[in-house]
Parts: sequence; structure tokens; C-alpha cells
Amino acid sequence: MRREVRISGFGGQGIILAGYILGKAAAVYDNKEATLVQSYGPEARGGAASAEVVIDEEPVDYPHIEAADILVLMSAEAYRTYGKSLRPGGTLIVEEDLVPLEEGQKAIKVPATRLAEELGRRIVANIVMLGALVAATGIVSKEAIVESVRTSVPPRTVDLNLRALERGYEYVKEKVRVL
Amino acid sequence: MPKEAVVSTHPLDEVLRTDRLPHIWCPGCGLGTVMGAFARAMLASGIPLDQHVVVSGIGCTGRVPGYLKVDGFHTTHGRAIPFATGLVIANPELKVTVFSGDGDLVAIGGNHLIHAARRNIDLNVICVNNFNYGMTGGQLGPTTPKGAITTTSPYGFPEDPFNLPHLLASLGAVFVARWTTLHVRQLEETMIRAFHKRGFRFIEVLAPCPVGFGRPNDMGEGLDEMWFYRRQADYDPQAALEMLEVSMHKDSKVICGVFVDTERPTYMDNYHKYVLSKVMGGKSGAA
Amino acid sequence: MSKRVLTGRHFMMGDVACAEGALAAGCTFFAGYPITPSTEIAERLARRLPEVGGHYIQMEDELASMAAIIGASWAGAKAMTATSGPGFSLMMENIGLAVMMETPCVVVDIQRGSPSTGLPTLTGQSDVMQAKWGSHGDYEIIAYAPASCQEMFDLTIRAFNMAERFRNPVLIMADEVVGHMTERVVIPPEEAIERWERPRPMVPPGEHFLPFAAGEDLVPPMPRAGEGYRIYVESLTHDERGYPVMSPEVHDRLVRRLNEKIRRAYDQIIDYELSEVEDAEIIVISYGSTARSARQAARIARKEGMRVGTLRLITLWPFPGRVVEELSARIRAFVVAELNLGQMAREVERFTDRPVFRANHAGGMMMPPELILASIEEAYRDAKGSRRQYASIR
Ligand code: SF4
Repeated sequence: MRREVRISGFGGQGIILAGYILGKAAAVYDNKEATLVQSYGPEARGGAASAEVVIDEEPVDYPHIEAADILVLMSAEAYRTYGKSLRPGGTLIVEEDLVPLEEGQKAIKVPATRLAEELGRRIVANIVMLGALVAATGIVSKEAIVESVRTSVPPRTVDLNLRALERGYEYVKEKVRVL
Repeated sequence: MPKEAVVSTHPLDEVLRTDRLPHIWCPGCGLGTVMGAFARAMLASGIPLDQHVVVSGIGCTGRVPGYLKVDGFHTTHGRAIPFATGLVIANPELKVTVFSGDGDLVAIGGNHLIHAARRNIDLNVICVNNFNYGMTGGQLGPTTPKGAITTTSPYGFPEDPFNLPHLLASLGAVFVARWTTLHVRQLEETMIRAFHKRGFRFIEVLAPCPVGFGRPNDMGEGLDEMWFYRRQADYDPQAALEMLEVSMHKDSKVICGVFVDTERPTYMDNYHKYVLSKVMGGKSGAA
Repeated sequence: MSKRVLTGRHFMMGDVACAEGALAAGCTFFAGYPITPSTEIAERLARRLPEVGGHYIQMEDELASMAAIIGASWAGAKAMTATSGPGFSLMMENIGLAVMMETPCVVVDIQRGSPSTGLPTLTGQSDVMQAKWGSHGDYEIIAYAPASCQEMFDLTIRAFNMAERFRNPVLIMADEVVGHMTERVVIPPEEAIERWERPRPMVPPGEHFLPFAAGEDLVPPMPRAGEGYRIYVESLTHDERGYPVMSPEVHDRLVRRLNEKIRRAYDQIIDYELSEVEDAEIIVISYGSTARSARQAARIARKEGMRVGTLRLITLWPFPGRVVEELSARIRAFVVAELNLGQMAREVERFTDRPVFRANHAGGMMMPPELILASIEEAYRDAKGSRRQYASIR
């Protein structure tokens, strides 16, 4: 079944890398079909960044998405731009400290930047979110996302990134139990 | 006449495509003289003829490679230098000479000229400057002297021309010289010297084009222009580069000599140092 | 593992896959000028070519880039450049030179919204006629239109092979969507990659050799500069010796041979993909990223009970006219979908007496499947006679 994921935030958060790792997990390690497209242009330099990932068992013809099944938002601006673009019944995951949710909007809230800082490097917040995303949706297998992280980040940072992935994953597993 | 001089010179048969002679150039044209000097310089250089490649663009000068019995390429207007750049990078063993005219090299090819000089590509450039576009009937070019009459400057050329040795020296060419077609022996020796240097070398050769430039500008026939050079040419390799503009006025000087002869790392030297040394097992040459 | 071929399963951007395809094909020389959306090809090769002993040079412009790869090819290199519309326009001059000098080389155009500077970061397909007719004169060109990242890899290899085989420039006419999208790319083991080499002289240097005399296949053998053949290679009309000849007979003979060597090899060069055409009444013709939208549109149309098939052009030039001709006999109409205002549709019309409907958009976004669907519905409704409808003009 075709599932559409949008990951959005601001430049420098590693949004595109998160999309890449997710798509690669599906296409290379889970043997599914996947496409990644990213927003380009001046806005991609420091402004908004957005990655669109489509995952399916069938070949993906059309790589763009209008309404996401899974929406991961990591900035207030991303929320303003895409906050309404979730398909009914879809999953919204937000960076708790950066996205001011509207009253009554349901979302999985992950303090990814804080969790990343606890691990020592705030730049792995994107990978924390990825762990949260996989835990919340099961869109790719745990093994695939681990392999994908391992083969996509600089060799020196593999351990840190795997810890970040695990942290996000655990956080949601615990939270989902609470919810 | 240059035509007869070339055809009858038996020792050059080895480097000329004799089956293509007589050449197409006009009586009194300076190109045969330059080509003859180049042919003799190739033979005297001691470099195997199979290693020589001559590349040209479009124009009367662009026809030179077609008469030389070495590998030759007659490319598009202005693009001889980038073509030759690809050739010599892909096979650095080649001795590549770009042989073309002022319009081809400096007008339409000007951007390539300045960048190849900046990069210090291993190219020997011979620029035959006859102050106009001869092949198409005598239009102005970037070396046309101020005030000169051409078919597209019927009232006199209102612009300042390039001073080529000055330009090339400022771009970092490692060898910059100028002669006229009167200075056959010096030209030949300079060409031999240039063959044995590495990096971007530039030889400007002032040559008569009686059809396009000489007659409309009271310079007369080819021979008259040679007399002019005889009277007005000075050998002064120490001359200040800014003073090397050629105005072709009756009483103006034409300063000749080798103005720059220096060394700096070539493009390939730098490529080895800055690029290939940083990758494992990198070797030079793309072919 | 050889560094030249990155055997394995990758999640790779189209532009990067193109660069890797070039390396796998044996590319040793790249000259280019950065331009969005092709720049990732240059960036990848700037890093990768030195690793395998090749050479990357960034030239002062696209005129120089194109000239440099032709020069490099004559030194024996397998050479490539990559660009987008504005740079492609500048390359036209020396694409003609490569045709005239019969020089193998590959030119990649990652198309963006045009004319002029247009939409640098957004997609388009409006250079496809320029690919065929952009340089002056009568010439045949080979052009492929990849529709996926895997094809960016595969077709780049094929482009090199065809360039070598026919001594002709070969174009990859991709678009920004395919260039910037990331998908799975499977790179086979090096031994499984077919590499063709240009025909080479059969006689040693020094013996009588006519560098532009061709045999049965009309492709003359190609020496390299410096090998001792003392060749003369001309941009002017030339005879079999390579010597310039200003005669109408020689000119006609040369230009006909240059064209004929490609036309004669139609079957070797042409590639396309047919889907669900057996019972189709309407066939959607498209290429590049638009073919992906067409597939989606056809699927929806089928669900709605319309018998729709698709023809995806993999080879754009020479135009696969024969398949259009064959299909014409059994369908009601074609819909040609493309991100321009109807360029290849004209070519389709030359090969069919069926009505040709159009689904066009000037570019800036991937072709929306709905736009194609609308043209399919229109064709279904209206294609009784030969009246032409212009979906884009309504
Ligand atoms: S036009 Fe001028 S440069 Fe050309 S051949 Fe005649 S004299 Fe020489």
C-alpha cells in the first residue's frame, strides 16, 4: 500500500538526510519501493527544508505528495506550511519544543532536540525523530532503519546516531504505552 | 612569394601535406612565412613528429594545420584552445600547438584564452595577428589599430585594440613573444624555445594581410608591409609591456622580442599536487 | 571492489546515478560548467574521477566544456559533460562539431523550466526538439530519456556505448524530477557491465590510411591523436582523407553518410516500453518523468473502464516512429503527454493518421496525472474522426 511521508523543518536540521535514511531503509533493506524528493531553491539554504518519501510494495510512479499519511514537523514554520496537510487518520509527529500545536490537535510530541542534547549533540535530533517515526508507524522495519542509519552517516558518528535512533524509538514506545 | 618558397623547400616535405598544395592564401599574405617557420621549428625541435598536434579555429590562420603533416584539428570559431585543453589533459604526452588568428583567439575565443593562460595549460599558442578578419573580407577585430579602415569600420575603428603581449603577461603566460613575418629566423628560434618549455606559451606574429588590412590602410601590398616592419621594428625584450601596443602608424614603432620567459607550475603539476596526491592510486592522464 | 564500479544496492539521486553510470561505462574525462539542476553530476565526478585516475575540469563556460570533451575524446578518453537548458544552448555549436568530426562523447541535459533562465530548480521537458535540431545543419543525434534513477545509471552506460559504436554525440535528455529524485539503484558487478569501444584502424600507422573512409556500417575507424596516423580532422566539409573540399557532391555524400550511419542502426538504437496496449483504444505516449505520471493516469483510466495503454519512449532520437505507425492501425487515438507545449506530439503526428491529443504543461512541476487523465477522457469521447484537440489550449 502506498504510504506518503513528509519530513519538514528548517535547513541545518538534517531533514533531507532523515528522508534519505527512511527511503533507503525501505528501498534497500526492506525490499520495498521508495522515492525521495526534496524541496530546492533558496528556501532550502537555511530556510524551510522538506523531504517527501513515498513507500509502496508496487513501483512508485508519482513521487510527490499532497496529503501525507505520516507528517513529521520539526519547526514552527513547517507546521504553518504543512500542519493542515495530514490525511484523515494519518500520524502527526512534532518536535515538541519547536512546534506550537493548535488547541486540540492530536500529535505525537517528541522533544527530539532535547533528547539529542542529552546524548551530547543536538544535530542528531533528526535521527531521534526518525526513531520516533519508526516506532510510531512501523513504516519500515527496525532492522532496516538501523542498517540504513549505519550506512548513511559518517563512519565516526555511527554509534552516536544509532543511540539517537534508539532514544527516539524508545521514547515513543514508552509514550505510546502512556497514551 | 611565400607560396613558391614553401612548395619548393624540399626538406619540409616531411612535415607538409604536399598533396594539399598550393595553399589558399593570397599573394603577399604572411601566413605561408609563419607556417614555414613553424614547420622548420618542428623539425629542428627534435620532438618526434608523431607527438606534435596542431589545433586551430576558423579563419585564414585556421587553415594552417591542414597543410602540416602532423595530427591536426580544424575546430570551430574560437574554440581551438578549449579543444586543445581537452586533448592535452587527456594525453599530456602530446605537444599541442594552437595556431590561429587574432579574431579567433582574442575576440570570439577571448574567454578561453584568458582562462587557459590562467590555468597554465601546457599549450603553445601561435597567434597570427594581421589586424583584421581576412578570410571574410577585412572586418575589424580586437587588434585592429585605432582609426584603421576596415569594411566594418569604414570611418575608422573608434576603439582601442588589445596589446596582446601585455594582456598575456598579465594573465600569467610563462612565455610571451612577438615577431613579424620579417623576422623569420628569430621567429623560428623562438618557436623552438617555446616547444621546449612547459605551460602556456604565446607567440604573437604580426603578418601582412594586404587584402583586408594593407590596402585599405595605405600599408600597400605584402611587400610594402614588410618594408614597414623593416623600418619600424625594434628589438627590445626589456620594453615595458604597456608600451607594446601596435598602432601601425607610418612612424610608430613595432617592438619585438621575447618579453616573458619564466616558470610556474603547469595545470597538470597543480592537478597532481592538489588533487591526485589526495586520492589513492591516482594516475595522470585521462586516456 | 573496484572503485570505478560501486557494485551493490544503493539509494541514489538520479544525478549521482548518472555520474556513476558514466564511471561504470569507462568515462575518464569530464569537462563542465555547473548549472542547476545538473550540478550534482559535476560534483560527484569532481570527487570520483580522480579516484579512478580520470580527470575532472571545470571550464569557463559550456562552449569550452563541449569543445574540451571533443578534444579529450580524440586523445582516446571516454568523455562527458552535463548541463541544463541555458548551457545546452551554448553546447549546440560544438555538438555540431562532434557530429562533423565523428567524435564519441556524451552530453547530459537535466532539463528545467525554459525558455531562457526560466525555472532553474524546477522541471521541464522543453529541450527535446532542441536536442534534435538545435545545432545548425542536417544531422542525426541519439538521445535517451531516463524515467528513473536506475535508468539514469543504465542509460548513461548505454549512451557511452552508442557514442563509441557510432562515433556520434549521444544525449541523455533527463529532467529535473529524475535528476533530483532519489530511488533504489542497483549497480551490477563490473564484469556484468558491457563496455563498447570505438572502431579502431586495422592498418598500422604509416601505411595508407583514409581516416574518413567507412565500411558497411558507415562508421569509419578512429585513430587517436599522437598514434602516428598523422590525421587531419576537419569541421569543414571533408573527403575521406579528411581534407576540406568545397564541392556540393562531397558535401552531399558526407552529410548523407553522417545521417545514414545512425538511421541504418535504428533497431540497435531504438528502445521503448509498451504497457497494456493489447486491447487499448487510447495510447498515452510520454517520456522521462512524465511517463511515470502517464502510468498512474492510465491505471486510473483503466479503473474507470477506459481501455488505455502506454508507450514510453526511452529513445527520443532517432524518433521511434515505426512503433507509432504499428500501433496506429489498432487504436482510436494517441495522447501525447509532455512538459512542454507539444514538441514530441508533432513528431508523433508524422507517423500516424489517428488523432493526436495533447496533455501539456509548460513545466515547473511534474506532470500531474489528472491532466493526462483529462486528455484521455477527451480522446475517448471525441476521437471518432480526425479532429484534433489541444488539451493545453482549452
Ligand atoms: S585574406 Fe589576408 S590573411 Fe587571408 S589569405 Fe588573404 S592575405 Fe592572408
